[in-house]
Amino acid sequence: MIIRKVNKLILYFILIFLGLLTLTPFAYMVSSSLKSGATLFEYPPEFLPANPTINNYVRVWTGENFQVYFLNSITVSVLATVITALLSSMLAFGLSRYRFRGQKMLFAVIMATMIIPGMTLIIPQYDLVQNIGLLNSLWGLIIVYSAWTIPFTTFLLKGFFDSIPQEMDEAVYIDGGTEYTLYWKIMLPLSLPALGAASIFNFLTAWEEFPWALTVITEPMKRTLPIAIANFQGQYVTEWGLVFAACLIAILPVIIVFISFQNLFISGITTGAIKG
Amino acid sequence: MQKNRVSSLLFFILPGCILFGIFTIYPLIKTFILSFYEWGVRNENNIFVGLGNYIRVFSDSTFRISIVNVFFYALVSVPGQMIIGLLLAYILNQKIKGGKLFRVFYFLPVITSWVVASLIFKYIFGNYGLVNYILNDLLRLIRININWLNERWSALAVLQLLGIWKGIGWAMVIFLAALQKVPLQLYEAAKIDGCNHFKSFFLITIPLIKENILFVLVMLSIGAFNVFTSVYLITGGGPFNQTEMPLTLMYKNAFRYLDFGFASALSYILAIIISIITIFQFKFFERSDGVE
Repeated sequence: MIIRKVNKLILYFILIFLGLLTLTPFAYMVSSSLKSGATLFEYPPEFLPANPTINNYVRVWTGENFQVYFLNSITVSVLATVITALLSSMLAFGLSRYRFRGQKMLFAVIMATMIIPGMTLIIPQYDLVQNIGLLNSLWGLIIVYSAWTIPFTTFLLKGFFDSIPQEMDEAVYIDGGTEYTLYWKIMLPLSLPALGAASIFNFLTAWEEFPWALTVITEPMKRTLPIAIANFQGQYVTEWGLVFAACLIAILPVIIVFISFQNLFISGITTGAIKG
Repeated sequence: MQKNRVSSLLFFILPGCILFGIFTIYPLIKTFILSFYEWGVRNENNIFVGLGNYIRVFSDSTFRISIVNVFFYALVSVPGQMIIGLLLAYILNQKIKGGKLFRVFYFLPVITSWVVASLIFKYIFGNYGLVNYILNDLLRLIRININWLNERWSALAVLQLLGIWKGIGWAMVIFLAALQKVPLQLYEAAKIDGCNHFKSFFLITIPLIKENILFVLVMLSIGAFNVFTSVYLITGGGPFNQTEMPLTLMYKNAFRYLDFGFASALSYILAIIISIITIFQFKFFERSDGVE
């Protein structure tokens, strides 16, 4: 009994110790964002600001086109997520409910591209986007983010569709329905939890993407949050309070989504990784 | 009927295939072709140089530095994330009070973007940053503040720490889901047979979640070899290219020096290295499967 108690104590100790290490950088960012510019130069640093102020947040939010960047990020992430959800579910439906020549090959190619690092394709992608006039356009981001996220989402949904019994199809066809009815009225609604999980993940991918946006967007008004923030840091080298206020505004939506859809979020990550 | 079936199939798969084909398959082939040409934005005439770009990449001293760096980065950060992630998953699987709250804490870095995470680390590892303050003034472990980001190995250590910090939660969540699938009866049976916690962990748990361990290993390795944003923002490859990684070097060559041929060859070399490592990891696990 005592040994069990001691064991539990050790487990808690490890959890708390590692938890503190994990949270410290985070907490320090929050505390720094609440300090006014001058106190950031202080050494020793203060863990808790003596005179906390939300001044940095006000300055970030009201100045420097920040609201434009925020809106750009939302536009890009939402559109990319919706396009991926639609195209992937259709593709997955085709792969799951039809038999055609080259089907296995197509699926294998889609899967294989999942291990290819997105950034190694950046040069021809840049060339392509430049040629079709999407440089400095949010669409240049949206289309490429969709192309990146389609393989995994298709993989996830195909697995889900495969698990829906064929009798369902026959029932629809007997009732006079077509493939479109089956897809739109039955399969898509049934797959919503899986699609939701994948979509949260895809949204996050688009929301935080950095290298591609850095390459395609040079016009200040078209920036998304990650490049805006990186730029901010270069511009206000010493005003870390301002930078961190911007960072926190940028990750707040993600944290809210995470906390409210925690289980969906986690299942988006673990499905595909854990079979059956 | 058959005709309808064909047209509906095309309706479903064409849009996705077109987007995927144009923005993934075509670039994949184009990168390969580019890697054999001297191809710049300024000179319109592309010159076929055969393996010239590859030879240039391999004889580039910064490239060799970047390969050493990325292997060092992966060799520390991948096991770091896996071991700590597995330890945490194991603890959280013990039905501990407050487990859910801890799960949220450990997961926060995962949902924090690379840009934000990199800036935090750049700040706390600054000369007068939090880390130096804790080590020097608080714990008295060092006499003078360490110039973390201005020296190759310490800068790489910071990048590794960031990689571990950011990835533990992801590994933990996957391991936790895997552990929850292990039937509890197995542990009870092992206990009756006289296995202690340690023994049953290594004899029962590890073999049962081997597939998941492989998955996490493969995904984290791919991620590690693709490290970019943190290096770009924290050290920029400096000082004197000492912390350059393959992708930061590729990016610099492509978009600063406009040397697309060199950058494409580098991309392919990296993709091949990653594929070989992935295949090797699969083979290794298959072999250890046969031994049992």
